Order: sequence, then C-alpha cells, then structure tokens
Amino acid sequence: MNKLTQRIDKERLLLGIAAPLLAIVAALVVTALVILATGKNPGAAFNDMLTYGTASDSQVYILNKATTYYLAGVAVAIGFRMNLFNIGVDGQYRIAAFFAAVLGGALTTPGWISIPLIILCAMGTGAVWAAIAGVLKVTRGVSEVISTIMLNSIATAIIAYLLQPGKLAELQSGGTVISTKPLPKDSYFFQIDTGAAGMLWGFIVIAVVVGIAYWFVLGRTRFGFDLRTVGQSESAATASGVSVKKMVATSMVISGAVAGLIGMPTLLNDSHQFSNDFPTGIGFTGIAIALLGRNHPVGIALGALLWGFLERTTNHLEFEGYDKEILGVIQGVIVLCVVIAYELVRRYGLKRQQQRVGAELAAQAAAPTQKQEVA
Amino acid sequence: MKILYGMQQPDEGTITVNGETVTFNNPADAIARGIGMVHQHFMLADNLTVLENVVLGAEKLYGIGAKARTKIKEISDAYGLNVRPDVLLEELGVADRQRVEILKVLYRGAKTLILDEPTAVLVPQEVEALFDNLRELKAEGLTVIFISHKLGEVLSVADEITVIRRGTTVGTVEPAGTTPKQLAELMVGSELPTPETEESTVTDVALLKVDGLHLSQTDLDGIERVILDEISFTIHKGEVLGIAGVEGNGQSELVEAIMGIRDPDAGVISLDGTDISHAPTRARREAGVGYIPEDRHRHGLLLEAPLWENRILGHVTERPNSRGQLIDIKAARTDTERIIQAYDVRTPGIDVTAASLSGGNQQKLIVGREMSHAPKLLIAAHPTRGVDVGAQAAIWDHIREARREGLAVLLISADLDELIGLSDTLRVMYRGRLVADADPATITPEELGSAMTGAATGHLEHTEDSAADHEDDAR
Repeated sequence: MNKLTQRIDKERLLLGIAAPLLAIVAALVVTALVILATGKNPGAAFNDMLTYGTASDSQVYILNKATTYYLAGVAVAIGFRMNLFNIGVDGQYRIAAFFAAVLGGALTTPGWISIPLIILCAMGTGAVWAAIAGVLKVTRGVSEVISTIMLNSIATAIIAYLLQPGKLAELQSGGTVISTKPLPKDSYFFQIDTGAAGMLWGFIVIAVVVGIAYWFVLGRTRFGFDLRTVGQSESAATASGVSVKKMVATSMVISGAVAGLIGMPTLLNDSHQFSNDFPTGIGFTGIAIALLGRNHPVGIALGALLWGFLERTTNHLEFEGYDKEILGVIQGVIVLCVVIAYELVRRYGLKRQQQRVGAELAAQAAAPTQKQEVA
Repeated sequence: MKILYGMQQPDEGTITVNGETVTFNNPADAIARGIGMVHQHFMLADNLTVLENVVLGAEKLYGIGAKARTKIKEISDAYGLNVRPDVLLEELGVADRQRVEILKVLYRGAKTLILDEPTAVLVPQEVEALFDNLRELKAEGLTVIFISHKLGEVLSVADEITVIRRGTTVGTVEPAGTTPKQLAELMVGSELPTPETEESTVTDVALLKVDGLHLSQTDLDGIERVILDEISFTIHKGEVLGIAGVEGNGQSELVEAIMGIRDPDAGVISLDGTDISHAPTRARREAGVGYIPEDRHRHGLLLEAPLWENRILGHVTERPNSRGQLIDIKAARTDTERIIQAYDVRTPGIDVTAASLSGGNQQKLIVGREMSHAPKLLIAAHPTRGVDVGAQAAIWDHIREARREGLAVLLISADLDELIGLSDTLRVMYRGRLVADADPATITPEELGSAMTGAATGHLEHTEDSAADHEDDAR
C-alpha cells in the first residue's frame, strides 16, 4: 500500500514539472520558427541570449526585475487560489506607489521610521483600492473582473490628475520630467553592492519574506485552508462553514495589500520618486507569472526569474539586429502554452490516478470475487 | 454506462451493437447507433413545453412544427407514455418528466434505452407505472438496460440480471430462478443487510427543536414562492427522525436551514437548548452537528484535494485538524488513516484525490469524518444514495451505533425501506409542509408513498383517536 502511495506522489511531482517544461519547449519551438520566418538564425539568437543572460551584470539585473515581478505574481496568485481574478493588481500597485511616494517625499523622519511608514502606506492604499472591488462583489454581486478593470482606469486618471505641478508633484530641474518630491536619502532602502555587476536591490529580502508568508499562510493555517476550500468548491466551502463572502472580501484586501508592495522595489531602491515614467503594466505581467508558477511560491519565483531573463536578453537581441517584438512573442506563447499544458497534464493526472486506484482495488477484490463465481 | 453512451472511452474491450463492433467517441455516436440514455438527473428546460423539450437539439429530425408533434403523439401512443406535447414542463411532476425524458430518447430513434437509477425519485405507485411503460417498450422490440440498486425492482422488471461489483461483472442470473437474497449475496459477496433498528433507544431529552420554520424565496419573475411552511418537530437524544417525501418538496432547504446555509424567515431552531436559528454554519458544526450532504460532490468533498485534506473539511477549527490558528497536518493525516481503517474506506492511500474513489468509499469517508467529532445531531440526507449494498450496510451500522450512544439523527431519504427500517419516527414532507406522520413499525412503503404524493395527510395509522390529535401538528 505504502509503495503505491509513494509512486503516485513521485508521479505527481513529475507531472508538476512536466507542464511548465512542456510549455517552455513549445514556446522555444514557436519562437525559433518566428525568428526563422524573419530570415535570421534562431540558434545564434538563443546562444546570444544564454551567454548574455548569464553574465554577472545580467544576473543582478534579472534578480532586481524578478523582485518586482515576484511580488506581482504573488498578489495575483492570492486571488487565483480563491478563484478570484484580480486584474486590478495593476491599478492597485500604481496608485499605492504614487501615494507612498508622496508620503515618502513629505517625511523628514529618520529612515527606520520613514521606510516602514512608506511600505505600510503602499500596502494600505493597495488594500483599499482592491477592497472597493471586493465589497462590490460581496454586496452587489459585481464581477471582480469588470470592477477591477474599471478601477485600473480610475487609478490612471487619479494619478494623472494629481501628478501635476502645483498638485502633488513638481517639475524636475531638467524640465521634462514631472514627479513627486524625491525621497530623502535617508529613506532609501538598503542595497547590496556586487561590484562591477551593479547594485542588488535589498527589497529582494522582502520579496522572499512575502513568498514564505504566502506559503505558510496558505498551507499551514486555518485561514489558508478556508481560502483554498473556497477556491476549490464554493458550495463545499459554504456547507463546511466557511463564510464565502467574508473570504472573498478578505482575500481581495490581502491581494491588494501585496499588490501595494509591487512598486516598492522601484520606489525605494531605484527611482526614489514617482514620475510619469514609473513602470506600468506590471500587474498584467503578474497574471502571466502566477499562471506560469502555478500559484506555487517557488513556481512564481521561477516564473519571475524567467520573465526577467527574457526581458534582459531580448533587449540585447535588439542590438544584435533582431526584432525587439520577439520578447512579446516568446512571453505570449509561453503563457498560452502554460495554460494549455497545465490543463492537459491535470486531466491526464486525474484520469491516471483514477485508473490506478481502480486497478489497486480490483486486485484486492479479485480473490473473493473468484470464490463467489465458483459458488 | 458512461462508456456505452459515449461519454467516456474504454481502455480495452469492445462494444457490439447488432453484431457490429462499434466505437463511441461521444454521445452523438451512441445516439446514431440507436443507444439512448435517461439520466438520473433530468436534463429538461422548465420554461419550455414538452414538445420544445423533446425537439431541442434534434430539430433536424422532424422539424419543430406539426410533423414533430405528430411524431411525438405517435411514439407516446405506441408505448402508452401519455405525454401531452403542449404542457409547460414546470407544470409536470417527476414521473411525467421522466416519461418526457424517455420520449426524448425514443424520438431520437433509440432502440436501446439505458435508464440510470430511474426509480430513485419515484414513489411506489409511479414505479409500477414506469415498469408498465418499460414492458410496453420491451413488447415493441426495444432493449432496455435498467440500472438500479434496488433488488426487488430489478427482479420484477428484468429478463436477465448482470451484477457488477467494483467494476467487474460478478455474475449473470435469470430473475425467475433467483431470490433477492441470492442476488444480494452476489452484489455484496456476503449476507444481505437489512436496515432494521433493534430496540428503541429514544430518550425523552429533546436535542433539536424546530418550531414554526418558514422560508420563502422570490424568484426571477418577482413571484414569492414558499419553500418551507410551518415546519415544527423535535428530535430526542437517541432518536432517528425520518422524513419521507418526493425530492424537491423542501427537504434540501430544510437541511440547509438547519445547517445555517439558508437563513429562515421565521421560526426557531434550537440545539440542546441553545437558539441557533441564525448562527453561522461553523458555529453549528462546532456545537456538534454532523452533516452528510445529499450531494457529496458539491457539498461534502473537495474532489481534487487529497483525502486527508477532505478529512479536515468542515472541521478545520477542531482537533485533531488544527491547533489554534494552525493546521496540524501530521495529526490530521494520522486521523485520516484511522478513519480509513475504521470505516473501511477502500483506497490505496490518503494522498489520492477524493475524485478517484468510488461513490461508496467517498461516502464512507464523509460518514467517518462526521462521526469523528462526537456529534450530538447528525443530519443525514440520502446517506446511502448511489452506494453499493456493502457500504450501505456499513453506513447503517454506524448510524445505529451512534444512535445507541444518544445521537439524534435527522434522516432524509428517498429509499423508503431505509426510512422505515432506520427511523424511530416518520414524517412526510409535501410542498414544504410536514403533512403526515407514521409509525415505522407498522407502515408499509405503499402507504407512505400515497402520503408523499399529497393523497393522504395526518397520522397514517387507521386508529381514530391518534389521527385526531396528530392532525394538528401535521398541519
């Protein structure tokens, strides 16, 4: 009996790895075909990506990028585990970063007070922004997909309105960039100097902590179990005593709070101000990464790293004379393949397990059955 | 059965129709070969007429007008189905709906009919009528595959019986030379169990009191429908209260109101002296209410989660599943192993998903889980539906055992033998009301059946005096 359990487990692990592997191989093949179609040599392109992407300065760049992406992936994954599609991560992190930047610029307190305040402000703003969608869903039955998309646009409009000289922003001395008041040096987050390779953002530590917390809360706590229950079957959750509405609202808030962190690595480690060129669209990247990482804390990390790697290397490909749109193609194909591959592998795994259990029980039953037929 | 109807593909083996080996990739292939299926749960649209329901999806055959109507009439007359084509489906009862389903299949040219547990939703009189229909079909040269857990029915209607146990054919017998006992032994591989309670264990301590429960619902057209009306009853410690009734007469809603899934408009539910009318579901579960839901897939299990997580479901706040706010994975796993042993859940391990177990084993796991938290009250809705005879006996045994120790049970079932055999008190539910009560020691399934259709009310025993004073609380 034990033996079989172990075998199933091993197989499940194998199946778990099979899906992303399948997706990435398929994506590589499609990308190779696209590069071929543009009349260039895919082999050379891949080779260039590999050597350039593993250079030490690229490693630091990728880790920095992945920090942001990881947080975005986790924010989306919290919703996914609950069967909620929080498309609004994008608006949540932008509006959170904006207000956090405004607060940070205004604070003159020492760093050890300012930094936590800025982070809390970002998480709070993200949470409030997400809570609007959560409350609408719970009280009025508004689909969170629709409301969060609209809240994204509202966030854009609010930021555009407030990010003007005379409101909450100022014209920088160069005269072309409008931004919030820069953070004082004291409020910069720590960085790790890696020498020639550049600075590694200290916020990566926070990202790791968030990852561990995500794993722990979902897998080890009653709250996490309730959340996963709702995600798997709302009817079973209701019958088992979970208040589905409360869970929806709560998880939306948590997702928004984590979304609030997305802008922090950039704000505290890099730009130190919110300007009109603050990165946008990372919320959507987060959706792709959560899908790729299967909502698993380690999977999301791998997905975030892959995304950073692709971005870094395809940027470089452009210098080598390849089309820069290759990046979009690879990313798009990976996400598509991942979704398809997961579904295929999931169905296959479920069917296979049913067969195994059936076979095992039939073998157990075989002896008495034969006796019956004789009698 | 799903394979025969093309919903699933076999790994090996062949299907031969009329001497011709065939493969079915989907139900359409099966229909093309003249195989039709009547599902246990009807697939009909309430807001369409019978004609429209029959024609739906088969418009190509005879159009949707007069030609289709003629054809329906023709089939209906030929097999004595008595179907009126222009009635709205929502006006039809369960038995009529079933006939519409059969007609639907025949309309599509089926020569072989598969009926999946067709009698589960019918009262005895309707079952007889269905059997007459089936004999008619047989006389006209059609083949009927009748799938049932009920031995008596199979023996009375079939020409040949094949017993399947755990996915293999155990034997094929002629009904003429077989007794129910022999058949049951084939099915279980051992003696036939009967759902009989021995000595009464009813105490005079009231555990669950439901008083004047009322629930109504406004549907999409703005019409208020009364679902539960003036429901009052008391269950004592050690008592099994059985509720009989054709499905859809408010039983599910009653269960949901007691579990706290639906909030009643009026009335009081008290458990062991505490008012729980509006308490959240979790509080009720913690207070000692065990729940075996009627639809285990939707309400009782997380199908894609492993067994040990399913063991936690519904009892996440209780030991051994959790300590404080944290899940105690190790203790939960150990306890799952214990349940699997104690309740004979046949599974290769606790890490397989719930979906890979058979219905009976899923049910045993649920029963084991609910019994593991020392419940005071067990709500058992169709506890043995779709469960093989062996598991059925085991589940009955567990309920009886717990009853001896003072458990109060609310039993809702469509299986009248189960109701009569297990209950200490019987009530009949019809259109959201408890219309009749009966003594399970003397009542017969037929008598109960007539009350289930609303034909009889009050106390179902023919002694004058008791009928009078029960009349009141029945209303």
